[in-house]
Amino acid sequence: MVLTMLFIGIAMVASLGNYHKLVSLHRPLGIAILILAVVRLINRMFTTLPPFPATMSQWERRVATASERWLYALMLALPLVGWGMLSAGNYPIVMFGPVHLPPILPANPLLYTVLRKAHTVLAILFFLTILAHLTAVLFHTLVMRDGLLNRMVPWPVRSTKTNPNSNSQPK
Amino acid sequence: MRKGSIAGFAAVVAIVAAVAVLFAYAAGWLSPGKLTPGRFVDRFKQVSGRHPGFRLNHAKGLCFAGWFDSDGQGAALSRATIFQPGRVRVIGRFSLGGGMPYQADKANTVRGLAISFMPAHGEEWRTAMINLPVFPFATPQAFYDQMLALAPDPATGKPNPARIQAFFAKYPESANALKLIQSQPVSSGFENSAFNSLDAFRFINANGETAWVRWSMLPVQPFAPAGPAHPQADTNYLFDALIASVREHPLQWHLLITIAQPGDPTDDATIPWPSDRKQVDAGTLTINQVESDDTSPARDTTFDPLVLPDGIAPSADPLLNARSVVYVRSFTLREGEHKSPAAVSPADAEK
Ligand code: HEM
Ligand code: HEM
Repeated sequence: MVLTMLFIGIAMVASLGNYHKLVSLHRPLGIAILILAVVRLINRMFTTLPPFPATMSQWERRVATASERWLYALMLALPLVGWGMLSAGNYPIVMFGPVHLPPILPANPLLYTVLRKAHTVLAILFFLTILAHLTAVLFHTLVMRDGLLNRMVPWPVRSTKTNPNSNSQPK
Repeated sequence: MRKGSIAGFAAVVAIVAAVAVLFAYAAGWLSPGKLTPGRFVDRFKQVSGRHPGFRLNHAKGLCFAGWFDSDGQGAALSRATIFQPGRVRVIGRFSLGGGMPYQADKANTVRGLAISFMPAHGEEWRTAMINLPVFPFATPQAFYDQMLALAPDPATGKPNPARIQAFFAKYPESANALKLIQSQPVSSGFENSAFNSLDAFRFINANGETAWVRWSMLPVQPFAPAGPAHPQADTNYLFDALIASVREHPLQWHLLITIAQPGDPTDDATIPWPSDRKQVDAGTLTINQVESDDTSPARDTTFDPLVLPDGIAPSADPLLNARSVVYVRSFTLREGEHKSPAAVSPADAEK
């Protein structure tokens, strides 16, 4: 969903033909992500995570935990910045039909400029983070085959390793 | 490494690279030849020079405040709040076409009227209109091409006849539109100009019925033809006259909605609709206050023609999408720049 949003966002600002359709979809989807992120965050606070697979070293676990926090931060920050920048740019924040959101910031050129830039920078960081996350997960699943994906998805993923240390044998 | 691991590793690289390439493709980074909002921005800068803080087009202007009294007649066509009987606050901006914020006023320069209707409850409606009967260019590409083709040749300082001829050969609809534009008399000032949406839109009423429309602001102030060319020294004469006439009495326009018949073009702003089309007078715009760009909130607003309330929707006119995205670009650019004083100063507006 976030990835879809990143694609819609990056495509619409380069589009002379479909901007309106895309941005009209982008705004309510972005707000939906904000709501979902809040729900997930609350949910996350009340659940314990499955343990890390043994193939993950101490630093990998630390990175995984930090990157999870970072993803949550972005999921909250990016839509808030989007909402804020439209407010500061004196734009109405149209959702769908007659439904629109109130501005959360006063109209202000400097504020608009800063938030508009932040929206782009955070979105690109988000994309890079997702790529990194994707790489790590794919690496664990397809190369190390340690069943890391089991921590994330509700269906079982086959782990071909019974002994996680077997990966350290010489090539 | 085992064979499976190598295949897996290759798969990881392939998947991640594919996602990254898709992203670059979506961003347009892989198709540099395409006409994009960014290229529009560059061309505006190329033909008008850089004027930090000002609009890329319609750079010279004067802002206003007032109200709109809806008579309720528009409500049969559109469920938008503004068409309910009653009064709505408006702000807006008069402007001259072109990216030069200090250009001298001339009778034949395109005049703009941009309005933001802000109902207390309900959604905002923004519209940017001009005083031409049709738009000279049917597509964003034609608009983009004419910026260079019809501009004075930088080498000679004069229009280049060969380039102009090539342009009209490529875009015959522009030649027809210009003929129509030149056949119509220009009025003496902003206050007695009619302003037209030109692009078509869709109105949707409370029953979900749709009508294709264009709209116009028709001045209550009587028409007078533009006089002979003004002396060069009088660079703001159109704006000064506008300021003086608002001082005398509030200025008024009627919002006229023209309804298309099946077959009327709704995606081509270069073609007029037949003059016998039904028109509805939706209410009266009253302007009682003018204000310099330097002090008005209308400066820090972009009159993006696709800021529409529920009950008004875009047509398939390709200009609309292009306008929306290029106006936002222009807005983002100028809001981040240091503002220089406008040609029509706060002192002028107080005169
Ligand atoms: C997770 C949520 C979001 C993601 C991933 C996202 C991503 C993006 C991206 C990648 C762009 C293109 C940036 C550029 O190239 O400069 C963009 C632009 C934009 N975003 Fe978002 N966005 C999100 C939420 C929102 C929200 C909630 C709003 C408003 C309510 C919003 C409003 C906009 C607007 C108006 C633009 C285009 C601005 C322009 O044309 O200048 N975004 N977004
Ligand atoms: C592809 C075609 C067009 C392009 C690329 C274009 C571009 C622009 C740009 C860049 C601005 C400055 C926006 C800002 O900084 O806020 C502008 C303003 C304006 N445009 Fe257009 N325009 C196009 C077609 C039209 C048409 C068809 C109309 C009228 C029917 C129109 C009327 C206006 C007016 C009145 C303004 C001034 C608004 C204000 O005072 O803020 N334009 N245009």
